[in-house]
Amino acid sequence: MKENTVKTFKAIVMGASAGGIKALGIVLSAFPKDFPVPVLIVQHLHPNSDSYLIQMLAQQCALTVKQADEKELIHASTVYIAPPNYHLLVEEDYSLSLSVDPRVNFSRPAIDVLFETAAYAYRDQLIGVILTGANGDGSQGVKLIRKLGGYLVVQDPATAEAEAMPRAAISAVRIDRVLPLEQIGPYLVQLINRGCQL
Amino acid sequence: MDDIETQNLELQLLLQAIYLKYGYDFRNYAKASIKRRILHRLTSDKLPNISAMQHRLLYDEAFFGRLLLDLSINVTEMFRDPNFYLAIRQHVIPQLRELPYLKIWHAGCSTGEEVYSMAIVLKEEGLYDRTQIYATDMNEVVLRQAREGIFAINHLKQYTANYQKAGGQESFSNYYSAHYDHVVMDKSLKKRVLFSDHNLATDGVFGEMNLIMCRNVLIYFDRDLQNRVFNLFKESLCDNGFLCLGSKESIRLSVHSNTFEDVVKEEKIYRKKISQNIL
Ligand SMILES: C[S@@+](CC[C@H](N)C(=O)[O-])C[C@H]1O[C@@H](n2cnc3c(N)ncnc32)[C@H](O)[C@@H]1O
Repeated sequence: MKENTVKTFKAIVMGASAGGIKALGIVLSAFPKDFPVPVLIVQHLHPNSDSYLIQMLAQQCALTVKQADEKELIHASTVYIAPPNYHLLVEEDYSLSLSVDPRVNFSRPAIDVLFETAAYAYRDQLIGVILTGANGDGSQGVKLIRKLGGYLVVQDPATAEAEAMPRAAISAVRIDRVLPLEQIGPYLVQLINRGCQL
Repeated sequence: MDDIETQNLELQLLLQAIYLKYGYDFRNYAKASIKRRILHRLTSDKLPNISAMQHRLLYDEAFFGRLLLDLSINVTEMFRDPNFYLAIRQHVIPQLRELPYLKIWHAGCSTGEEVYSMAIVLKEEGLYDRTQIYATDMNEVVLRQAREGIFAINHLKQYTANYQKAGGQESFSNYYSAHYDHVVMDKSLKKRVLFSDHNLATDGVFGEMNLIMCRNVLIYFDRDLQNRVFNLFKESLCDNGFLCLGSKESIRLSVHSNTFEDVVKEEKIYRKKISQNIL
Protein backbone atom coordinates (compact mmCIF):
# COMPACT_ATOMS: atom_id res chain seq x y z
CA MET A 1 0.00 0.00 0.00
CA LYS A 2 2.74 2.38 0.98
CA GLU A 3 4.40 2.23 -2.46
CA ASN A 4 1.34 3.79 -4.00
CA THR A 5 1.47 6.81 -1.79
CA VAL A 6 5.17 7.63 -2.01
CA LYS A 7 6.63 9.31 -5.04
CA THR A 8 10.30 8.87 -5.89
CA PHE A 9 12.52 11.24 -7.82
CA LYS A 10 15.21 10.68 -10.43
CA ALA A 11 16.83 14.10 -10.79
CA ILE A 12 17.07 17.65 -9.47
CA VAL A 13 17.36 20.75 -11.66
CA MET A 14 18.41 24.02 -10.07
CA GLY A 15 18.45 27.58 -11.36
CA ALA A 16 20.19 30.59 -9.81
CA SER A 17 21.32 34.04 -10.85
CA ALA A 18 22.48 37.08 -8.83
CA GLY A 19 23.72 35.85 -5.47
CA GLY A 20 23.52 32.28 -6.74
CA ILE A 21 27.11 31.25 -6.33
CA LYS A 22 26.93 31.60 -2.57
CA ALA A 23 23.42 30.12 -2.38
CA LEU A 24 24.37 27.09 -4.46
CA GLY A 25 27.32 26.41 -2.17
CA ILE A 26 25.02 26.36 0.84
CA VAL A 27 22.46 24.06 -0.79
CA LEU A 28 24.98 21.62 -2.25
CA SER A 29 26.92 21.31 1.01
CA ALA A 30 23.97 19.37 2.47
CA PHE A 31 24.19 16.53 -0.08
CA PRO A 32 25.98 13.32 0.99
CA LYS A 33 28.61 11.65 -1.22
CA ASP A 34 26.25 8.84 -2.24
CA PHE A 35 23.33 11.13 -3.08
CA PRO A 36 21.36 8.83 -5.40
CA VAL A 37 20.33 11.38 -8.05
CA PRO A 38 22.07 13.81 -10.42
CA VAL A 39 21.87 17.57 -9.88
CA LEU A 40 21.76 19.76 -13.01
CA ILE A 41 22.48 23.46 -12.57
CA VAL A 42 22.16 26.67 -14.54
CA GLN A 43 23.86 29.61 -12.85
CA HIS A 44 23.86 32.81 -14.92
CA LEU A 45 27.47 33.81 -15.52
CA HIS A 46 29.45 36.18 -17.64
CA PRO A 47 29.99 34.56 -21.08
CA ASN A 48 33.77 34.60 -20.67
CA SER A 49 33.98 33.33 -17.12
CA ASP A 50 36.24 30.37 -16.47
CA SER A 51 35.82 27.30 -14.32
CA TYR A 52 36.02 29.19 -11.06
CA LEU A 53 32.43 28.34 -10.08
CA ILE A 54 33.08 24.62 -10.49
CA GLN A 55 36.23 24.68 -8.39
CA MET A 56 34.46 26.61 -5.70
CA LEU A 57 31.42 24.35 -5.55
CA ALA A 58 33.59 21.24 -5.66
CA GLN A 59 35.25 22.38 -2.44
CA GLN A 60 31.95 22.79 -0.67
CA CYS A 61 30.26 19.66 -1.90
CA ALA A 62 30.83 15.93 -1.36
CA LEU A 63 29.57 15.08 -4.85
CA THR A 64 31.54 15.18 -8.09
CA VAL A 65 31.06 18.64 -9.59
CA LYS A 66 31.78 19.06 -13.30
CA GLN A 67 31.02 21.18 -16.29
CA ALA A 68 28.46 19.49 -18.53
CA ASP A 69 29.90 17.95 -21.74
CA GLU A 70 27.81 17.54 -24.85
CA LYS A 71 26.39 13.99 -25.27
CA GLU A 72 27.55 12.74 -21.87
CA LEU A 73 25.29 10.35 -20.01
CA ILE A 74 23.80 11.67 -16.80
CA HIS A 75 25.01 9.85 -13.69
CA ALA A 76 23.77 9.86 -10.10
CA SER A 77 25.84 11.51 -7.34
CA THR A 78 27.12 14.08 -9.82
CA VAL A 79 26.56 17.82 -10.15
CA TYR A 80 26.52 19.12 -13.75
CA ILE A 81 27.01 22.83 -14.38
CA ALA A 82 26.02 24.47 -17.67
CA PRO A 83 29.10 25.99 -19.38
CA PRO A 84 29.18 29.77 -19.77
CA ASN A 85 27.60 30.93 -23.05
CA TYR A 86 25.92 27.57 -23.84
CA HIS A 87 22.42 26.33 -23.08
CA LEU A 88 22.24 22.99 -21.28
CA LEU A 89 19.51 20.57 -22.42
CA VAL A 90 18.45 17.14 -21.18
CA GLU A 91 17.65 14.49 -23.81
CA GLU A 92 14.95 11.93 -23.18
CA ASP A 93 17.57 9.15 -23.17
CA TYR A 94 19.13 10.89 -20.12
CA SER A 95 22.09 12.35 -21.94
CA LEU A 96 23.09 16.01 -22.12
CA SER A 97 23.15 18.40 -25.06
CA LEU A 98 24.66 21.86 -25.37
CA SER A 99 23.48 24.53 -27.76
CA VAL A 100 24.31 28.07 -28.82
CA ASP A 101 20.66 28.91 -29.54
CA PRO A 102 19.82 32.59 -28.99
CA ARG A 103 19.60 33.87 -25.44
CA VAL A 104 16.37 33.16 -23.60
CA ASN A 105 15.35 35.81 -21.03
CA PHE A 106 18.60 37.58 -22.01
CA SER A 107 20.50 34.58 -20.70
CA ARG A 108 22.64 31.81 -22.07
CA PRO A 109 22.58 29.41 -20.37
CA ALA A 110 18.90 29.88 -19.56
CA ILE A 111 17.11 28.17 -16.69
CA ASP A 112 13.95 27.75 -18.78
CA VAL A 113 15.80 25.71 -21.41
CA LEU A 114 17.22 23.29 -18.81
CA PHE A 115 13.96 23.00 -16.86
CA GLU A 116 11.70 22.46 -19.88
CA THR A 117 13.86 19.80 -21.49
CA ALA A 118 14.42 18.06 -18.13
CA ALA A 119 10.66 18.11 -17.53
CA TYR A 120 10.09 16.13 -20.74
CA ALA A 121 12.82 13.66 -19.82
CA TYR A 122 11.96 13.05 -16.14
CA ARG A 123 8.30 14.10 -16.05
CA ASP A 124 6.83 13.54 -12.54
CA GLN A 125 10.16 12.26 -11.21
CA LEU A 126 11.84 15.65 -11.38
CA ILE A 127 12.43 18.24 -8.67
CA GLY A 128 12.87 21.84 -9.83
CA VAL A 129 14.55 24.35 -7.51
CA ILE A 130 14.65 28.13 -8.01
CA LEU A 131 17.13 30.14 -5.94
CA THR A 132 18.06 33.81 -5.70
CA GLY A 133 18.16 35.99 -8.84
CA ALA A 134 17.25 39.40 -10.22
CA ASN A 135 15.22 38.37 -13.27
CA GLY A 136 12.34 36.15 -14.35
CA ASP A 137 14.23 33.21 -15.87
CA GLY A 138 12.86 29.81 -14.83
CA SER A 139 9.19 30.78 -14.68
CA GLN A 140 8.27 28.99 -17.91
CA GLY A 141 10.31 26.01 -16.81
CA VAL A 142 8.56 25.62 -13.47
CA LYS A 143 5.21 25.81 -15.26
CA LEU A 144 6.10 22.83 -17.43
CA ILE A 145 7.51 20.86 -14.48
CA ARG A 146 4.23 21.49 -12.65
CA LYS A 147 2.19 20.45 -15.69
CA LEU A 148 4.07 17.18 -16.09
CA GLY A 149 3.73 16.30 -12.41
CA GLY A 150 7.15 17.22 -11.01
CA TYR A 151 7.88 18.78 -7.61
CA LEU A 152 8.85 22.41 -7.01
CA VAL A 153 10.95 24.07 -4.32
CA VAL A 154 11.65 27.81 -4.27
CA GLN A 155 13.89 29.84 -2.01
CA ASP A 156 11.90 32.10 0.31
CA PRO A 157 12.35 35.53 -1.30
CA ALA A 158 12.93 37.03 2.15
CA THR A 159 16.16 35.01 2.43
CA ALA A 160 17.31 35.70 -1.17
CA GLU A 161 20.05 38.14 -2.08
CA ALA A 162 17.88 39.07 -5.09
CA GLU A 163 14.22 38.25 -4.74
CA ALA A 164 12.84 38.80 -8.27
CA MET A 165 13.51 35.31 -9.58
CA PRO A 166 11.95 33.34 -6.70
CA ARG A 167 9.02 35.78 -6.70
CA ALA A 168 8.47 35.30 -10.43
CA ALA A 169 8.43 31.52 -9.97
CA ILE A 170 6.00 31.76 -7.06
CA SER A 171 3.60 33.91 -9.04
CA ALA A 172 3.88 31.70 -12.14
CA VAL A 173 2.54 28.52 -10.61
CA ARG A 174 1.72 26.65 -7.39
CA ILE A 175 4.98 25.81 -5.57
CA ASP A 176 5.18 22.75 -3.30
CA ARG A 177 7.62 24.22 -0.77
CA VAL A 178 8.92 27.75 -0.26
CA LEU A 179 11.87 27.45 2.12
CA PRO A 180 14.57 29.63 3.66
CA LEU A 181 17.94 29.06 1.98
CA GLU A 182 19.43 27.06 4.90
CA GLN A 183 16.60 24.52 4.84
CA ILE A 184 16.58 23.75 1.11
CA GLY A 185 19.55 21.34 1.07
CA PRO A 186 18.42 19.24 4.06
CA TYR A 187 14.86 19.21 2.72
CA LEU A 188 15.97 17.92 -0.70
CA VAL A 189 18.00 15.16 0.97
CA GLN A 190 14.90 14.09 2.88
CA LEU A 191 12.76 14.26 -0.25
CA ILE A 192 15.19 12.11 -2.24
CA ASN A 193 15.66 9.56 0.54
CA ARG A 194 12.06 9.14 1.58
CA GLY A 195 10.15 10.38 -1.45
CA CYS A 196 7.19 12.63 -0.99
CA GLN A 197 3.98 11.49 0.67
CA LEU A 198 1.09 12.04 -1.66
CA MET B 1 0.98 5.60 -25.39
CA ASP B 2 0.70 8.81 -23.35
CA ASP B 3 0.54 12.37 -24.65
CA ILE B 4 4.28 12.97 -24.59
CA GLU B 5 4.99 9.74 -26.45
CA THR B 6 2.35 10.65 -29.01
CA GLN B 7 3.98 14.04 -29.40
CA ASN B 8 7.39 12.41 -29.89
CA LEU B 9 5.88 10.18 -32.55
CA GLU B 10 4.43 13.24 -34.30
CA LEU B 11 7.85 14.88 -34.14
CA GLN B 12 9.47 11.86 -35.77
CA LEU B 13 6.86 11.89 -38.53
CA LEU B 14 7.33 15.62 -39.05
CA LEU B 15 11.08 15.24 -39.53
CA GLN B 16 10.41 12.39 -41.96
CA ALA B 17 7.93 14.58 -43.87
CA ILE B 18 10.45 17.46 -44.06
CA TYR B 19 13.07 15.08 -45.40
CA LEU B 20 10.81 13.48 -48.02
CA LYS B 21 9.28 16.72 -49.23
CA TYR B 22 12.15 19.20 -48.96
CA GLY B 23 15.30 17.06 -48.70
CA TYR B 24 16.53 18.60 -45.41
CA ASP B 25 17.45 15.79 -43.06
CA PHE B 26 16.97 16.64 -39.37
CA ARG B 27 16.27 13.05 -38.36
CA ASN B 28 19.66 12.61 -36.68
CA TYR B 29 19.78 15.91 -34.85
CA ALA B 30 19.84 15.91 -31.03
CA LYS B 31 16.16 15.90 -30.16
CA ALA B 32 15.72 18.25 -27.21
CA SER B 33 16.66 21.42 -29.08
CA ILE B 34 14.63 20.52 -32.20
CA LYS B 35 11.58 19.74 -30.08
CA ARG B 36 11.85 23.06 -28.25
CA ARG B 37 12.02 24.97 -31.53
CA ILE B 38 9.09 23.11 -33.05
CA LEU B 39 6.95 23.63 -29.95
CA HIS B 40 7.75 27.35 -29.94
CA ARG B 41 6.72 27.71 -33.57
CA LEU B 42 3.57 25.73 -32.71
CA THR B 43 2.63 28.16 -29.94
CA SER B 44 3.49 31.31 -31.85
CA ASP B 45 1.51 30.19 -34.92
CA LYS B 46 -1.35 28.92 -32.73
CA LEU B 47 -1.33 25.45 -34.24
CA PRO B 48 -3.09 22.75 -32.18
CA ASN B 49 -0.44 20.02 -32.53
CA ILE B 50 2.58 18.83 -34.52
CA SER B 51 0.39 16.88 -36.95
CA ALA B 52 -1.37 20.12 -37.87
CA MET B 53 2.05 21.66 -38.42
CA GLN B 54 2.99 18.76 -40.66
CA HIS B 55 -0.10 19.34 -42.78
CA ARG B 56 0.74 23.02 -43.02
CA LEU B 57 4.33 22.58 -44.05
CA LEU B 58 3.51 19.98 -46.69
CA TYR B 59 1.23 22.44 -48.47
CA ASP B 60 2.82 25.79 -47.64
CA GLU B 61 6.42 26.22 -48.74
CA ALA B 62 6.74 29.69 -47.24
CA PHE B 63 5.82 28.22 -43.87
CA PHE B 64 8.55 25.64 -44.28
CA GLY B 65 11.00 28.42 -45.11
CA ARG B 66 10.30 30.05 -41.76
CA LEU B 67 10.56 26.76 -39.92
CA LEU B 68 13.91 26.09 -41.58
CA LEU B 69 15.21 29.35 -40.16
CA ASP B 70 13.96 28.28 -36.71
CA LEU B 71 15.70 24.93 -37.03
CA SER B 72 19.06 26.10 -38.31
CA ILE B 73 20.46 28.05 -35.41
CA ASN B 74 22.54 30.78 -37.00
CA VAL B 75 24.01 32.44 -33.91
CA THR B 76 27.62 33.41 -34.59
CA GLU B 77 30.09 36.24 -34.03
CA MET B 78 33.39 37.65 -35.27
CA PHE B 79 36.50 36.15 -33.64
CA ARG B 80 34.29 34.03 -31.41
CA ASP B 81 36.58 32.51 -28.73
CA PRO B 82 39.50 34.89 -29.41
CA ASN B 83 41.98 32.38 -27.97
CA PHE B 84 41.12 30.05 -30.80
CA TYR B 85 42.26 32.58 -33.40
CA LEU B 86 45.35 33.32 -31.37
CA ALA B 87 46.17 29.60 -31.42
CA ILE B 88 45.64 29.55 -35.19
CA ARG B 89 48.18 32.36 -35.56
CA GLN B 90 50.70 30.72 -33.28
CA HIS B 91 50.41 27.00 -34.06
CA VAL B 92 48.73 26.57 -37.44
CA ILE B 93 49.80 29.50 -39.62
CA PRO B 94 53.54 28.68 -39.36
CA GLN B 95 52.84 25.24 -40.81
CA LEU B 96 50.48 26.51 -43.50
CA ARG B 97 53.15 28.98 -44.54
CA GLU B 98 55.19 26.05 -45.88
CA LEU B 99 52.52 25.33 -48.51
CA PRO B 100 52.50 26.97 -51.95
CA TYR B 101 48.72 27.12 -52.08
CA LEU B 102 46.01 26.41 -49.52
CA LYS B 103 42.39 25.43 -49.37
CA ILE B 104 40.13 26.09 -46.42
CA TRP B 105 36.59 24.85 -45.87
CA HIS B 106 34.25 26.56 -43.40
CA ALA B 107 31.38 24.10 -42.94
CA GLY B 108 28.25 25.57 -41.34
CA CYS B 109 29.54 29.12 -41.78
CA SER B 110 26.18 30.76 -41.04
CA THR B 111 26.21 34.51 -41.82
CA GLY B 112 29.96 34.45 -42.42
CA GLU B 113 31.44 36.18 -39.38
CA GLU B 114 34.04 33.47 -38.87
CA VAL B 115 34.87 33.50 -42.59
CA TYR B 116 35.69 37.22 -42.45
CA SER B 117 37.59 36.70 -39.18
CA MET B 118 39.80 34.04 -40.75
CA ALA B 119 40.28 36.12 -43.91
CA ILE B 120 41.61 38.92 -41.72
CA VAL B 121 44.03 36.59 -39.94
CA LEU B 122 45.28 35.19 -43.26
CA LYS B 123 45.76 38.70 -44.64
CA GLU B 124 47.75 39.85 -41.66
CA GLU B 125 49.88 36.72 -41.85
CA GLY B 126 50.51 37.25 -45.56
CA LEU B 127 48.79 34.06 -46.72
CA TYR B 128 45.52 35.35 -48.05
CA ASP B 129 46.56 35.73 -51.69
CA ARG B 130 47.39 32.06 -52.04
CA THR B 131 44.33 30.78 -50.25
CA GLN B 132 41.02 29.53 -51.59
CA ILE B 133 38.21 29.53 -49.04
CA TYR B 134 35.01 27.53 -49.45
CA ALA B 135 32.30 28.73 -47.09
CA THR B 136 29.25 26.50 -46.94
CA ASP B 137 25.98 26.22 -45.07
CA MET B 138 22.74 24.32 -45.66
CA ASN B 139 20.75 27.52 -45.29
CA GLU B 140 20.49 29.76 -48.39
CA VAL B 141 19.19 32.74 -46.46
CA VAL B 142 22.23 33.02 -44.20
CA LEU B 143 24.59 32.34 -47.12
CA ARG B 144 23.15 35.35 -48.90
CA GLN B 145 23.90 37.50 -45.84
CA ALA B 146 27.39 36.03 -45.64
CA ARG B 147 28.04 36.88 -49.28
CA GLU B 148 26.90 40.47 -48.70
CA GLY B 149 29.15 40.89 -45.68
CA ILE B 150 26.87 43.41 -44.01
CA PHE B 151 26.58 43.24 -40.23
CA ALA B 152 24.61 45.11 -37.57
CA ILE B 153 26.66 47.87 -36.00
CA ASN B 154 25.55 47.11 -32.44
CA HIS B 155 27.96 44.15 -32.17
CA LEU B 156 30.94 46.16 -33.34
CA LYS B 157 32.33 46.99 -29.92
CA GLN B 158 32.47 43.33 -28.98
CA TYR B 159 33.91 42.32 -32.36
CA THR B 160 36.64 44.92 -31.98
CA ALA B 161 37.51 43.65 -28.50
CA ASN B 162 37.52 40.06 -29.78
CA TYR B 163 39.78 41.05 -32.68
CA GLN B 164 42.30 42.60 -30.32
CA LYS B 165 42.26 39.61 -27.97
CA ALA B 166 42.75 37.37 -31.01
CA GLY B 167 46.10 39.00 -31.70
CA GLY B 168 44.87 41.58 -34.22
CA GLN B 169 47.71 43.72 -35.60
CA GLU B 170 45.82 46.65 -37.09
CA SER B 171 42.91 48.83 -36.19
CA PHE B 172 39.79 46.72 -36.73
CA SER B 173 38.17 49.69 -38.45
CA ASN B 174 40.51 49.13 -41.41
CA TYR B 175 38.37 46.18 -42.41
CA TYR B 176 34.93 47.72 -42.74
CA SER B 177 33.11 50.91 -43.57
CA ALA B 178 30.48 52.05 -41.12
CA HIS B 179 27.03 53.29 -42.09
CA TYR B 180 24.09 54.31 -39.90
CA ASP B 181 23.15 51.01 -38.36
CA HIS B 182 25.42 48.56 -40.15
CA VAL B 183 28.97 47.93 -41.28
CA VAL B 184 30.05 46.67 -44.69
CA MET B 185 33.10 44.41 -44.66
CA ASP B 186 35.93 45.34 -47.00
CA LYS B 187 35.41 43.76 -50.43
CA SER B 188 38.96 42.45 -50.58
CA LEU B 189 38.12 40.07 -47.70
CA LYS B 190 35.81 38.04 -49.88
CA LYS B 191 37.94 38.08 -52.98
CA ARG B 192 39.12 34.52 -52.36
CA VAL B 193 35.92 33.15 -50.86
CA LEU B 194 33.32 30.99 -52.59
CA PHE B 195 30.03 30.78 -50.72
CA SER B 196 27.94 27.75 -51.54
CA ASP B 197 25.22 25.43 -50.44
CA HIS B 198 26.29 22.19 -48.72
CA ASN B 199 24.39 20.01 -46.28
CA LEU B 200 26.56 17.98 -43.92
CA ALA B 201 23.77 15.47 -43.32
CA THR B 202 23.20 14.59 -46.96
CA ASP B 203 25.98 15.92 -49.22
CA GLY B 204 29.40 14.49 -50.00
CA VAL B 205 33.12 15.08 -49.77
CA PHE B 206 34.58 18.48 -50.61
CA GLY B 207 38.04 17.98 -52.13
CA GLU B 208 41.56 18.21 -50.83
CA MET B 209 41.43 20.70 -47.98
CA ASN B 210 44.36 21.86 -45.85
CA LEU B 211 42.10 23.12 -43.09
CA ILE B 212 38.47 22.51 -42.19
CA MET B 213 36.62 24.64 -39.68
CA CYS B 214 33.30 23.44 -38.37
CA ARG B 215 32.45 25.14 -35.13
CA ASN B 216 29.27 24.94 -33.09
CA VAL B 217 27.48 22.79 -35.63
CA LEU B 218 28.18 19.27 -34.40
CA ILE B 219 26.65 19.91 -30.97
CA TYR B 220 23.30 19.84 -32.75
CA PHE B 221 23.87 16.35 -34.18
CA ASP B 222 23.48 12.93 -32.58
CA ARG B 223 26.45 10.52 -32.42
CA ASP B 224 25.63 8.77 -35.70
CA LEU B 225 25.43 12.00 -37.65
CA GLN B 226 28.57 13.29 -35.92
CA ASN B 227 30.41 10.18 -37.08
CA ARG B 228 29.15 10.66 -40.65
CA VAL B 229 30.46 14.21 -40.63
CA PHE B 230 33.82 13.28 -39.08
CA ASN B 231 34.20 10.71 -41.84
CA LEU B 232 33.36 13.38 -44.41
CA PHE B 233 36.05 15.63 -42.92
CA LYS B 234 38.57 12.83 -42.82
CA GLU B 235 37.98 12.13 -46.52
CA SER B 236 38.10 15.83 -47.41
CA LEU B 237 41.41 16.61 -45.66
CA CYS B 238 44.90 16.11 -47.07
CA ASP B 239 47.45 14.35 -44.93
CA ASN B 240 48.46 16.67 -42.10
CA GLY B 241 45.35 18.79 -42.75
CA PHE B 242 43.88 20.66 -39.79
CA LEU B 243 40.43 20.20 -38.31
CA CYS B 244 39.03 22.92 -36.04
CA LEU B 245 35.95 22.31 -33.93
CA GLY B 246 33.93 24.46 -31.54
CA SER B 247 35.15 24.83 -27.97
CA LYS B 248 32.65 22.32 -26.57
CA GLU B 249 33.06 19.77 -29.36
CA SER B 250 35.55 16.92 -29.49
CA ILE B 251 36.55 14.17 -31.86
CA ARG B 252 37.91 12.12 -28.95
CA LEU B 253 34.73 10.13 -28.34
CA SER B 254 34.04 9.40 -31.99
CA VAL B 255 35.03 6.32 -33.98
CA HIS B 256 37.47 8.49 -35.94
CA SER B 257 39.49 9.68 -32.97
CA ASN B 258 42.56 7.64 -33.97
CA THR B 259 42.75 9.30 -37.35
CA PHE B 260 43.52 12.65 -35.73
CA GLU B 261 46.10 13.99 -33.29
CA ASP B 262 45.88 17.03 -31.04
CA VAL B 263 47.52 20.26 -32.16
CA VAL B 264 46.11 22.61 -29.53
CA LYS B 265 43.99 20.52 -27.24
CA GLU B 266 42.14 23.27 -25.37
CA GLU B 267 41.18 25.02 -28.62
CA LYS B 268 39.97 21.85 -30.33
CA ILE B 269 42.50 22.06 -33.14
CA TYR B 270 43.34 18.62 -34.54
CA ARG B 271 45.45 17.32 -37.38
CA LYS B 272 44.91 14.35 -39.66
CA LYS B 273 47.70 11.84 -39.27
CA ILE B 274 49.70 10.91 -42.34
CA SER B 275 48.78 8.07 -44.68
CA GLN B 276 45.67 6.80 -43.04
CA ASN B 277 44.71 5.24 -46.35
CA ILE B 278 47.84 3.14 -46.82
CA LEU B 279 47.74 1.43 -43.41
C1 LIG C 1 25.42 27.95 -34.47
S1 LIG C 1 25.82 28.24 -36.15
C2 LIG C 1 27.57 28.23 -36.09
C3 LIG C 1 28.19 29.29 -36.95
C4 LIG C 1 29.70 29.40 -36.92
N1 LIG C 1 30.34 28.17 -37.40
C5 LIG C 1 30.21 29.75 -35.52
O1 LIG C 1 30.70 28.87 -34.82
O2 LIG C 1 30.11 30.89 -35.11
C6 LIG C 1 25.36 26.69 -36.87
C7 LIG C 1 25.26 26.73 -38.39
O3 LIG C 1 25.24 25.38 -38.88
C8 LIG C 1 24.36 25.30 -39.96
N2 LIG C 1 23.93 23.90 -40.12
C9 LIG C 1 23.13 23.18 -39.31
N3 LIG C 1 22.95 21.95 -39.81
C10 LIG C 1 23.69 21.88 -40.95
C11 LIG C 1 23.91 20.88 -41.92
N4 LIG C 1 23.33 19.68 -41.83
N5 LIG C 1 24.72 21.15 -42.96
C12 LIG C 1 25.31 22.37 -43.09
N6 LIG C 1 25.13 23.37 -42.20
C13 LIG C 1 24.32 23.13 -41.14
C14 LIG C 1 23.22 26.23 -39.61
O4 LIG C 1 22.50 26.65 -40.74
C15 LIG C 1 23.98 27.37 -38.90
O5 LIG C 1 24.28 28.40 -39.80
